[in-house]
Amino acid sequence: MTADVKIQIEREIDIIAARQAGRQLAGKLGFSSTDQTLIATAISEVARNILIYAHHGEIVVGAIEDGPRTGIQVIANDEGPGIENVELALRDGYSTKNSLGLGLPGARRLMDDFALASEVGRGTRVTMKKWRR
Amino acid sequence: MPVPILKQGDTLIASIVAALSDDDLLTFRDDLAQKIGSVRARGVVIDVTALDVLDSFATRTLRGIAYTAKLRGAETVIVGIQPEVAYTLVQLGLTLDGVPTALDLEEGLALLAKRRAAR
Repeated sequence: MTADVKIQIEREIDIIAARQAGRQLAGKLGFSSTDQTLIATAISEVARNILIYAHHGEIVVGAIEDGPRTGIQVIANDEGPGIENVELALRDGYSTKNSLGLGLPGARRLMDDFALASEVGRGTRVTMKKWRR
Repeated sequence: MPVPILKQGDTLIASIVAALSDDDLLTFRDDLAQKIGSVRARGVVIDVTALDVLDSFATRTLRGIAYTAKLRGAETVIVGIQPEVAYTLVQLGLTLDGVPTALDLEEGLALLAKRRAAR
């Protein structure tokens, strides 16, 4: 089993480090280069969200197994302001910061599983998975 | 890392050689808009062959750069979008709305020349 990789997100260049770590692990796990790109892009979207809304947080990427299936899990954690309306935050084109990014709905579209847990004033945790085909 | 902008005739060629930070992209946008004026460029080719990820922010910024260039009188072609990146953009539902694309630098320059001749 490969060890989890944790990347602190505090500055913009950390976004690049996080997606590179994700791509690297996905490659090691045998994901196709297309899937590696989808995973790296999804990480980029959630990492940017951390910077925009919470200013700092972390991304943890790790290998997961479910019976015969192998996958990758990406967790994006922050202790930012939290999301008041989760449903709205997952809607396309919605942004309280008027940012250019697609953010959460974008990341959701690129991964197989996507779960969002958020508490106002406490923080946000996005857990997303992709299974190797 | 700044994006180098080269001049060839009345065309500017910018090759993005490494993963860019958001700040780099915005600096590039400003530099390009300036340079279009200083060299009186009519066309711009932005080569993204080296980019392995184009997320929504980068894509929309690139689109904004192309629109800015157009308002300055230069048409932009984006070249070198990798197959995996192209597929990801489709999955994200992102488009470059009206910004022409071409396979590589050579095709991009040819496309600009053809459009110029048609004008």
